[in-house]
Amino acid sequence: MKIHEYQAKTLLARYGVPVPRGVACFSVAEAISAGQQLGGAVRVVKAQIHAGGRGKGGGVKVVRSDVELEQAANQIFGMQLVTHQTGPHGQKVRRLLVEEGADILQELYVGMVVDRQTQQVALMASAAGGMDIEEVAAHTPEKIFTVQVDPGQGLLASQAEMLARQIEVPEALVPQARDLMLGLYRAFDENDASLAEINPMAVTGDGRVVALDAKFNLDDNAAFRHVEWQDWRDLDEEDPNEVAASRHGLSYISLDGNIGCLVNGAGLAMATMDIVKLYGGNPANFLDVGGGATTEKVTEAFKLMLSNPEVCAILVNIFGGIMKCDVIAQGVVTAARQVSLTVPLVVRLEGTNVELGKQILADSGLPIRSASNMDEAAAQIMMALRG
Amino acid sequence: MAILIDRHTRVLTQGITGKTGMFHTRLCRDYALGRECYVGGVTPGKGGQDFEGIPIFNTVSEARQVTGANASVIYVPPPYAAAAIDEAVEAGIELVICITEGIPVRDMIRTRYRMRGTKSILVGPNCPGVITPGQLKIGIMPGHIHQSGPIGVVSRSGTLTYEAVGQLRELGLGQSSCVGIGGDPVNGLKHLEVMKRFNEDPETEAVIMVGEIGGSDEEECARWIKTHMTKPVIGFIAGATAPPGKRMGHAGAIISGGQGTAQEKLAVMEECGIRITRNPAEMGKTLKSVL
Repeated sequence: MKIHEYQAKTLLARYGVPVPRGVACFSVAEAISAGQQLGGAVRVVKAQIHAGGRGKGGGVKVVRSDVELEQAANQIFGMQLVTHQTGPHGQKVRRLLVEEGADILQELYVGMVVDRQTQQVALMASAAGGMDIEEVAAHTPEKIFTVQVDPGQGLLASQAEMLARQIEVPEALVPQARDLMLGLYRAFDENDASLAEINPMAVTGDGRVVALDAKFNLDDNAAFRHVEWQDWRDLDEEDPNEVAASRHGLSYISLDGNIGCLVNGAGLAMATMDIVKLYGGNPANFLDVGGGATTEKVTEAFKLMLSNPEVCAILVNIFGGIMKCDVIAQGVVTAARQVSLTVPLVVRLEGTNVELGKQILADSGLPIRSASNMDEAAAQIMMALRG
Repeated sequence: MAILIDRHTRVLTQGITGKTGMFHTRLCRDYALGRECYVGGVTPGKGGQDFEGIPIFNTVSEARQVTGANASVIYVPPPYAAAAIDEAVEAGIELVICITEGIPVRDMIRTRYRMRGTKSILVGPNCPGVITPGQLKIGIMPGHIHQSGPIGVVSRSGTLTYEAVGQLRELGLGQSSCVGIGGDPVNGLKHLEVMKRFNEDPETEAVIMVGEIGGSDEEECARWIKTHMTKPVIGFIAGATAPPGKRMGHAGAIISGGQGTAQEKLAVMEECGIRITRNPAEMGKTLKSVL
């Protein structure tokens, strides 16, 4: 789960990480009064969406008067902000963060991820802050310094100090940078984060080290022990189909093709998309109905796929295994009737009672083509598309 | 032979009185030599009872002492599953197979840390388990699609493994053992460690390696294969068409920062002498071609 910058900063502040004074606003009027409240010569108006690259897309403005602030708030609030992470349609800005400005001397980067190879958390830092860190990693990897955090000891003050020096924090400010990193680690650890970035971590003219931007991704698996995540979740930032899917225990991801895919199991679902592509088709979605492909789940899955107007055909690929194919076939037929399916449907079933399952599909009177294996299924779906 | 489990393995089910634990313990007990191999179950507070004749204990430690079990399988819900692994490890269980999906990564980081220096081996979590056809099944895979034979299967996913096994079956090829290592980012055995075991197993003649996007386990395994593996390996990676930055069902199946793409994995595997296929319908055929 992703959260907004202002939420991440609220979280970090609890762990003593210095962040600019700021107010989250849900309207232009709120932004104007927040700006007046903050005062100061320089303020910043920042679009709050779950995507990076907001500055380049025009979603961040530095303002030097109340008039400018009002203009900026009017411009950004409600805009369709397009960044390299939003896709071509962009994301509508519904929240703003109005902050005091900072006199920036240095822009640095610090980030934390779970390192899959070492099975511990890694803290990364770079003097090349303020830029896309993936660019830095690709072109000048020597500018990124990393330390591994021992799960038994947590981040050590000595590790944080070493990193601070490596990224050229002025010696007098090394303790501040160290404490910021220690706070970041505690925030990461205690809140089940999967990724955290402070980019930039700024060294300011008045001798402070401040988190000017913050990004936090949280581990969905840990939602059960973090009640406040319910309030942090912003459904406007999520694909409505993906939200609906998760409510029914389905795992769904929208793609830009026209072949709906309904599969049990994540690996097989990806493999099904892959074979569709190999046969020249384009999957409209990833959809994993889970181990037990029940009638209810298949019905919900059909509804979801059909809510996408691009979908011209549906491919169902179920490896029954422990569930019997006749039961699954009955479920598919019932679901197809319930949603009055009109697009061509190709069903590949495998497992116990597969012949009985195929018979049920054939006898249903519905325009269902059945396939015996994945090659056949992909070929059939392409034929169905051609009419 | 076979790897990890065979007729001599003695298994406990942790979470035996839950719906999933009961359902799958029953199926596993009824598969091949399961009746001899499944010797106990653990559910705190239900010690002294039994599940269809299988004695239930309050703790893994007690269960191990009484039954001599050397393996356990975990169907405990996600909030408690990592603690269940810890308990099995502390009790000295040699092989711990965790089926549970949805364990917080932070819990797994701590559990893997606690496992350092112990003799326990973890398979999973978020995996179908391990089967040695004709002998013992520990997990949720459909037993009947398997048959014993010379092919090793190692995979990060469940139903895609069944797909591979189904294709082998069509070609009359049985399996020595099939190991589902799971779809989580922080887990126990990885492709590499399973591959080493298949290499040492005299019964295994060739291996199917099924991977998916995310991480770099497949690449690491491929580099080891290049210099050490004495048997043919074929590979498939799911997710060539997956968009970056999206978690494809499995928590570990995500392309992040341009890393962990199927193309990259397949390229390294090919470089290392692994016969790859980009068509998931041809895993069986590809394997047959290298025998």
